Amino acid sequence: MRFEVIIAEWSTLAAGFATTIWICALSGALSLLLALPVAALLMVRRAVIVWPVRAMVDGLRAIPFLMLVFLGYYCLPVLGLKFSSWTCGLVSLTIYNTAYFGEILRGAWAHLPREQEDAGRAFGFYGFALTRRIILPQIFISAGPVLGNQIITLIKNSAFLMVITIPELTFAANEVQAIYFTPLETLIVAVLLYWLLCSAVEGIVRVMDRVAVVRGHE
Amino acid sequence: MWLWSVVMSSARPTPVVAIRGLGKSFGSLRVLNEIDLEIEAGKTVCVLGPSGSGKTTLLRCINFLEQPDEGQIFLAGERVGYVGDAQGRPMTQRELARIRTRVGMVFQHFNLWPHLTVLGNLIEAPLYVQKRRRNEVIAEAEELLDKIGLQDKRDIYPSRLSGGQKQRVAIARALATKPRVLLFDEPTSSLDPELVGEVLSVMRDLARGGQTMMVVTHEMGFAREAADEIVFLDEGVLVERASPEQFFTKPQTKRAQQFLQRLG
Repeated sequence: MRFEVIIAEWSTLAAGFATTIWICALSGALSLLLALPVAALLMVRRAVIVWPVRAMVDGLRAIPFLMLVFLGYYCLPVLGLKFSSWTCGLVSLTIYNTAYFGEILRGAWAHLPREQEDAGRAFGFYGFALTRRIILPQIFISAGPVLGNQIITLIKNSAFLMVITIPELTFAANEVQAIYFTPLETLIVAVLLYWLLCSAVEGIVRVMDRVAVVRGHE
Repeated sequence: MWLWSVVMSSARPTPVVAIRGLGKSFGSLRVLNEIDLEIEAGKTVCVLGPSGSGKTTLLRCINFLEQPDEGQIFLAGERVGYVGDAQGRPMTQRELARIRTRVGMVFQHFNLWPHLTVLGNLIEAPLYVQKRRRNEVIAEAEELLDKIGLQDKRDIYPSRLSGGQKQRVAIARALATKPRVLLFDEPTSSLDPELVGEVLSVMRDLARGGQTMMVVTHEMGFAREAADEIVFLDEGVLVERASPEQFFTKPQTKRAQQFLQRLG
């Protein structure tokens, strides 16, 4: 075992780990914002509106993430649309995750008892205030744990971004092992870092689970 | 003519709730037919009747959670749902919301907001609908919690409360907006029998304190003792209006007699 390589190259791995964290955090936050209108559109009762949104959400969820990355990075340039690997990586991670987040929020929204909205209206809430004060908090509380689990999937999917040369953790680990021929040591460290990150999110999920029990519907 | 109206208005104060010729159908099912009813300030009216007789729909029409097909509803003299006297234009959401804060509603299944604490439930509408000052609203909410004997539950979430406590909180929430009238939709029907008493006792105190109330209920004991007037509904028709004394001892209509007999 030559763990001194890791020590010598720690800055490469640390930079990769940092990239993984911020790209996941950024696309996670963006997709949460985008998922709200998507979920709202999925709740609309008009078929003309729901159908295309539903088709996109289901379509995205039915293809492997790596395929979406390839489509964006290799196929769009053929059509004359060329993006940097960063843009391509961030955008594909975000829209892929938005499909999942949107569907999760729609599910939580559909399960919100109608009486909750009734109670809001009876007390004079309507429109934006009704959504903001009464509906959304309940949806986020009940969907919280599932959203958290989806973030873990997002983190693992981000490893695919190495194929379009984004220097995230998997990419960095692969660099280091290829230069020093130390696959075992390097990948063990990379795996540990992923495990650490996902466990941290898992911890947050557990807290959200408890919140959902106390502040959710019986 | 003007003299007549002056005499009439001075003889009878404007009722808090006035319902004229109310009608409502769900599809081909006629649930309310030609309902006329007034509730005067400080009075408690209990609405009785077999299930499916339209009691809940009647209640929900008053604050327009259910939109009536015919008739008019007035709250302290102001038309609900429409602006202007005749057909009028439908109220905007904003106008309806303003009316709704003057009507407190207590639901059969409590419908407390689970994401807010007990105090949070009480101050939500005063703060974010009525836009009143926070410290004033909190002080009043604490007073209300004191009144229903739940001040120690102030910062607890509803999931931690018993059914009876939930409904008492729901009553306090309904009072927090300082409504002109409180509507109760079978407030004890989803409670375990041993929890009914605590809710009824809060309601009895309110009735005695001069709160205007309209109560849909199956609790005949409560109706008999706390109501100023009994309204008996059957198949969407207002069949009988009477004092509790008269209704429970000498009901005038056959349908009311049968209803009371079935209750034993």
